[in-house]
Amino acid sequence: MKILVCVSNVPDTTTKVTFTENNTQFNTAGVQFIINPYDELSLTRGLELTEKLGGTVTTITVGLADTEASIRKALAIGATDAVRINAVPTDAYFVAEQIAAYAKAENFDLIFTGRESIDYNGGQVCGLLAEMLGLPSVNVITSIEIDGTTATMERDIDGGREKLTANLPLVVSAQKELTEPRIPNMRGIMAARTKPLKVVEPVASELTSAAVGFELPAPKGSVKLISVEEAGSLISILHNEAKII
Amino acid sequence: MNILVFAEQIDGSFKKSAFEAVSYASQIAQAHNGTVTAVVPGNVADDKLAELAKFGANKIVSIKHDNLNGFNAETYAKVICNTATAEGSSIVVISNTYSGKSVAPRVAARLKAGIASGVISMPNTSAGFVVRRGVFSGKAFADVNLTTTVKVLAITPNTFNTLENAQAVNIVNAEAGLADADFTTKSVEINRVTGKIPLTEAEIVISGGRGLKGPENWHLVEDLANALGAATACSKPVSDMHWRPHSEHVGQTGITIKPNLYIAIGISGAIQHLAGVSSSKVIVAINKDAEAPFFKAADYGIVGDAFEIMPKIIEAAKAFKAN
Repeated sequence: MKILVCVSNVPDTTTKVTFTENNTQFNTAGVQFIINPYDELSLTRGLELTEKLGGTVTTITVGLADTEASIRKALAIGATDAVRINAVPTDAYFVAEQIAAYAKAENFDLIFTGRESIDYNGGQVCGLLAEMLGLPSVNVITSIEIDGTTATMERDIDGGREKLTANLPLVVSAQKELTEPRIPNMRGIMAARTKPLKVVEPVASELTSAAVGFELPAPKGSVKLISVEEAGSLISILHNEAKII
Repeated sequence: MNILVFAEQIDGSFKKSAFEAVSYASQIAQAHNGTVTAVVPGNVADDKLAELAKFGANKIVSIKHDNLNGFNAETYAKVICNTATAEGSSIVVISNTYSGKSVAPRVAARLKAGIASGVISMPNTSAGFVVRRGVFSGKAFADVNLTTTVKVLAITPNTFNTLENAQAVNIVNAEAGLADADFTTKSVEINRVTGKIPLTEAEIVISGGRGLKGPENWHLVEDLANALGAATACSKPVSDMHWRPHSEHVGQTGITIKPNLYIAIGISGAIQHLAGVSSSKVIVAINKDAEAPFFKAADYGIVGDAFEIMPKIIEAAKAFKAN
């Protein structure tokens, strides 16, 4: 079983988001970066599958050298080896093209992405990558089991859940509930230092989109407080004043 | 200019999100002297298909095929792209539902099109083709310029109004052009929650946090939700402790919602939670801690004990509903 896990390097969830360069660049000053939480679930599920069925888990990240702390953490959690495509991940299309170019020659049985990255929230890499590789894709899976060359999964659908099967090779995106993330232990951290991290130069790619500016939501006016005694009046306020019910 | 809309059918009918997508496309068409084609994979009766014309579809391409009745990202992408090519479409509009999120990137890759997902604005074509979308899980917006000839827009559900703009009904049946081998995933079982309002579609959401002290107290959330016709949600710690199912978790690593009204009970308002709900039109926070960050993000607040406050609100809501 040969598994590829796509790992995105994202700002920690507690980050207060600000922008620089006239609101065209995300301000990374003082920001702690982490493995995208959904990618961490992918990685852990990948490891659980290879522990049961044998095989390897490779991680792939599109990013500059500053992403290597997250990549080493993925190796500490248990990935066999890692690949870094040495480029700024400009948009999902670019990232998918880079990963597809690498994955094409490697014949992975199963490729995991996260449901979305928690920074740009596109949720596009799974579908883009699958289409570029000519593979089936299943988004937002909450479980996956492998039997021979068949994957049995559950996924979120609008208003419910579906159980489905697909043959490998396959691209999936991880939804919360897929598994519990694993915390690296000291042995893992030591081992990660010497695990292979291959740096690959990007393939040529045409620009398809560009972020031209960012904006923060308008600050809220101050809160109107209602006393506990008058709590019931909330309903009439929502009806008469806010006109929302 | 032709704009293609993927109108998703579920069990032979359309949901509001499909009409929103057609309305959105129709507005672009009106601004740019274009036409709107809706493509519908799966078996849908003509009277149902005709509903799409009401919202501005000039042409409805129906691709009837038993195997297309259930959603499959790969085959849906193929038939959508075949239609886009046949129609010469330069924009493909898809509602960013779970199905839409699965199929839109595949369509983009097949058409070598730039894609923006989670779109919350009409395109601005004064300099390029710029749309606004939410980023950082609701903490900010990005304006994205799509630079390709063909563009894919996956629009956020519950964001754009459905607008009637009736067109003559023009339904065309097209061949799927698919072989059995193209259907790469097989559905085993589908469970849809019935009788409950799906969180992402709800106009009112009542949400509970750790302040409610345990799952046995959730009647306070549910009773208010029932009285107001609302969906129920929860904070991350609540779903992590399995008080409530993870599907109710709203926030940065859960579901992002934007209802008209969000009432948060016993939720402090951590930055990750606010990220998932801050686009709500009106926010009410109920918390015993006056310093809770939620009061900075809320329109209305009540500082006090939820167990004292909630019965009063529930009673008022029931009385309101009865009138």
